[in-house]
Amino acid sequence: MFRYYLKLGFLSIRANPLLSTLMVAAIAIGIGACMTIVTVRHVMSGNPIEHKNDVLYHVQVDNWNPDDAYQDPDLPPEQMTYMDARALHDAGRAFRQTTSFMSARVIQPEGEDARPFQQESRATTADFFPMFDVPFLYGAGWDRSADETEERVIVIGRELNEKLFGGEDSVGRTLRLNDETYRVTGVMDTWNPVPKFYDLNNNPYDEPAQLFFPFSVAVAGSFDNTGNTSCWKPVEEGAGREGFLASECIWIQMWVELQSPDEKQAYMSFLDAYVEEQKLLGRFPRPLNNRLNNPAEWMEDRDVVDDDVNVLLGMAVLFLVVCLLNTIGLLLAKATRRARDTSLRRALGASRAELFRQHIIEAGMIGVAGGLLGIAMTWLGLRGIENVFIEYDFIEHLVRMDWSMVMLAVVLAILSALCAALYPTWRTCNITPATQLRLQ
Amino acid sequence: MLNMKNVSKVYRTDTVETHALREFSLTVEEGEFVSVTGPSGSGKTTFLNIAGLLEDMTGGTYELDGRDISKLNDRERSRVRNEKIGFIFQSFNLIPELNVFDNVDVPLRYRGFDAADRKRRIDEAIEMVGLASRMKHFPAQLSGGQQQRVAIARALAGEPRFLLADEPTGNLDSQMADSVLNLLTEINDAGTTIIMVTHELSLADRAKLNIFVRDGQVSDSAPELHLATMAAG
Repeated sequence: MFRYYLKLGFLSIRANPLLSTLMVAAIAIGIGACMTIVTVRHVMSGNPIEHKNDVLYHVQVDNWNPDDAYQDPDLPPEQMTYMDARALHDAGRAFRQTTSFMSARVIQPEGEDARPFQQESRATTADFFPMFDVPFLYGAGWDRSADETEERVIVIGRELNEKLFGGEDSVGRTLRLNDETYRVTGVMDTWNPVPKFYDLNNNPYDEPAQLFFPFSVAVAGSFDNTGNTSCWKPVEEGAGREGFLASECIWIQMWVELQSPDEKQAYMSFLDAYVEEQKLLGRFPRPLNNRLNNPAEWMEDRDVVDDDVNVLLGMAVLFLVVCLLNTIGLLLAKATRRARDTSLRRALGASRAELFRQHIIEAGMIGVAGGLLGIAMTWLGLRGIENVFIEYDFIEHLVRMDWSMVMLAVVLAILSALCAALYPTWRTCNITPATQLRLQ
Repeated sequence: MLNMKNVSKVYRTDTVETHALREFSLTVEEGEFVSVTGPSGSGKTTFLNIAGLLEDMTGGTYELDGRDISKLNDRERSRVRNEKIGFIFQSFNLIPELNVFDNVDVPLRYRGFDAADRKRRIDEAIEMVGLASRMKHFPAQLSGGQQQRVAIARALAGEPRFLLADEPTGNLDSQMADSVLNLLTEINDAGTTIIMVTHELSLADRAKLNIFVRDGQVSDSAPELHLATMAAG
């Protein structure tokens, strides 16, 4: 019967082209508006490292002002001091651990005509690459010994490799950065986790850096931190770089990889012990407040999805509801037109259940058409957002529609059409056949 | 076969009660050709709707083939309509988007026959009403008489026990009406029970039993047209 109902649905849609078109349009506009915002929110709230969500943890310790929490309600700072980052990293108590901060270097390409240019970069440790499953086109990241020996090694991104080496395998080749020579150990393949979970403090929707070098090299060379720095105590005047490194200023992000709940528990105990030890030295004046958040918890904690987007989502859903109310009206009008057909089918032996299935399948067909057109509307909506915010580089990453969103648009359209069809269909199926046939 | 006892039907609004049928009693035996006549508003069509399970009765009992209709749920009533009853309407009630073949197919679909069985039944029914060459035509491409023949084919394709016809020739000219009536007589001769509501006494005269309805009750019943019927005419 399903194929028969499909045929009847098609014939009915063809027999009422205006009403059918209006219904498809109402659903498509509602779906388009809703899915535009849902898509943006989906990208903003996505977890690009979901497959490692239960082993990766962002580390937080609370070294902040005893009289004023870093952030209400009693949240510890999202970054770490150099002293703590160094101590926790060097303790090596996790399966893997990495510390990092944003920086910038001036690249001096080879060739007389080549002009130096500044490149956004990241100072980090060897574990960064395997921890975050960074894909490599050529070579790999450096090893831990390079961190310890402050070796001048780098990993570059695919785009930078194209720019500097024409896309060739540049592993082993050298590059001059601020008058120092570095050896390329690996070229990353395209890697663009959105949001940039490992550093939410500096625009989470920016693209990852194209240049990575050892954290130890950056510290030893006093490379500037180009990310956020916050201090609750002033740095001692005249203490210079050493004073800054020994200060309570936070500017480093730290992540660990722990392979089991037991390891997580043990690492938390280690953090507590570390802070207790520091308290004896006069640091960490606030109560114990250490955190290990997995990527999903960390992004939620940091409110990666802006409240405005949630408000917009609510408005978009309301708009979809309004469109569905219009669809209900159109379906009622169509049901009135088709009362004779429905009564006749009842007279010829169709039960209410069979008529219900017939009309629901027809509504589903309207939903599919509305969903497909809704995808086109969503695409237009996303292009509109892209054009409005064109001056922001990161916007292109927020307006990408993946297959899951395409499927969601169709499913949502079908569900919407089915919901809209419930009342009109119920009314249709409860017509007393004689009342309509008598009018003939 | 069909047995109604003291059937009543009351239409109620907030202020008005209309008694369409009151203490309506009728028995129709298998194979009969019954005409139902009576003045407008006498309750003929209401009787036909209740007999065809298109409408609920307000009171009384109605048994069809020994089954108490009031005890059936919607699915069972639909099943009875589909398997035992064929309908022929004054205005044919064909579905305009479907061709002749697909119109006749409608009740068979709900019966659950397989495709081959449906095709055989449709071919036979359309052949019987003489429209084999019009299978792919749509209702709008047929004359009124042809449309009514399609409706008869649709009613017969499922081999129902009885046909309910509501003014089956009301929209036809006399020649076409005669042709349709001849067809109904043939069908009755083949064993199908027919109940036909009509205004036209000349048509009622072709039935084997004549029922005259007045004020929602059977006021007269006779093998031939009775004086009361004539008087009403």
